[in-house]
Amino acid sequence: MGQAIAFYTLAAFILGFAVMVISTKDTVHSVLFLVLDFLFVAALYVLLGAPFLAAIQILVYAGGIVVLYLFVVMLVNLKRPPEAHQDPHRMTKFGLGLSVAMLVELGMIGASSYARSAPVLVAPLAAIPVSGNTEEVGWLLYTSYLIPFEIASMLLLVAMIGAILLAKREL
Amino acid sequence: MIDNFVIPLVKILIVLNATLVAVTYMVLLERKVIAWAQSRLGPMRVGPYGILQPVADAVKLMIKEDITPARADKWVFTAAPIITMVPALIVYAVIPFGPEVSLFGRQVTLYITDVNVGLLYIVSVASIGVYGLILAGYASNSKYPLLASLRASAQLISYEVAVTLTLVSVIMVAGSLSMVSIVRAQESQHVWFAFIQPVAFVIFFIGGLAETNRAPFDLPEAEQELTGGFHTEYSGMRFALFFLAEYANIIVVSSVATTLFFGGWLRPFPNVAALSFLDFIPSWTWFLIKSFVFLYIFIWVRATLPRYRYDQLMRLGWKVLIPLAIANLVVTGIVKVLLL
Repeated sequence: MGQAIAFYTLAAFILGFAVMVISTKDTVHSVLFLVLDFLFVAALYVLLGAPFLAAIQILVYAGGIVVLYLFVVMLVNLKRPPEAHQDPHRMTKFGLGLSVAMLVELGMIGASSYARSAPVLVAPLAAIPVSGNTEEVGWLLYTSYLIPFEIASMLLLVAMIGAILLAKREL
Repeated sequence: MIDNFVIPLVKILIVLNATLVAVTYMVLLERKVIAWAQSRLGPMRVGPYGILQPVADAVKLMIKEDITPARADKWVFTAAPIITMVPALIVYAVIPFGPEVSLFGRQVTLYITDVNVGLLYIVSVASIGVYGLILAGYASNSKYPLLASLRASAQLISYEVAVTLTLVSVIMVAGSLSMVSIVRAQESQHVWFAFIQPVAFVIFFIGGLAETNRAPFDLPEAEQELTGGFHTEYSGMRFALFFLAEYANIIVVSSVATTLFFGGWLRPFPNVAALSFLDFIPSWTWFLIKSFVFLYIFIWVRATLPRYRYDQLMRLGWKVLIPLAIANLVVTGIVKVLLL
């Protein structure tokens, strides 16, 4: 009961802040609502019993990536909206179509997960020989999900090298 | 009921109030120590030897007029000091002041909570604090605060990388992210981690100086260049919040350094039986003594060293400390694999 109340309160805040992110006129305020949104998502992870994920969520998203967003938004001075944003009816039909498609997809996912009796776990938790949230995540990353993990790290490395190349034309 | 609500609440109240008192007296200590370093007396008028000076300062800041600049972004301007202060205080939730003790016939732990991801929690909460600096500078809508807040956040982000890398090597030695387990690991390995991770400790301390915007890295508040730093437009209690947050962060860095590198609440040489007569001193006293030494070193460094230039600061961070921290990490990994 308490868990359900906590979940729905958090979910309401997350959705409310998400709406604020896209509806606020001031870009800096919009970024700040995004930070609040990420913090509440982290709270949701805590509620789900995943403190490691919550801490990483705050550290990487709220504390890292959005700080860079804020830098960009602050330094490029978006006080006056660009030309393209001034037409309020631009691509309204396309946006509506996308929203409807998204809603239908979500409905289908919801319906199919209700049809299944129990959620499917990718790896049975009993097979993990270590205890503790962090240790379990580490164990899974380096056993069952080693290849996706390595591919992801390669992608990040490539992105980093690309960024350095773009920023520094003469090496 | 009592175990789940009353005791944690009492602990939170004690830690919160003790921290705020410690912060105000840290300011007095700083003024006194710097005065002595410069052959002055420091505050002497309020109370004997100026001991009531913090009270006078607090009253002054509270009754001062609170001004919001007309062109400021009001909501963000109001929120920025709060965003700076809150992370500085909630970090204390995972700092272990001592082990379990029995108090009034009840086992009480001398820390508010011991979460499995304690160290990660500290790092992530500290990374939120940077918003306070950026937003204070942005919302003031004024040249110098904006420049200062850009400096402050660039400095914070750069040194955070080096500090977090040193924490990883400590985690590798301790084998846990929990603050209590890290102290227990130092007890069972019979050594303070400062002696097996000296490089990590030095980087952590330099990074700690930079992250708390202390001299010789106090560029965000360089009075000669930036009038007053990111909080130039703030006055009264809102300025006081920035001020308190800065000192609260210094105490956080000192406590984390004590816990990670100097055995937390353990007495010196906990494995030497000949020194067990020292056990009559309660464990939290050792923690406070060690933290106090760090606080003193923070002030001592400020009184001794001149300020870095901005390019020197960035070069030290990116070209010296981060490569050194990565090298330390690699060596730690190799040694750990070879020894096990």
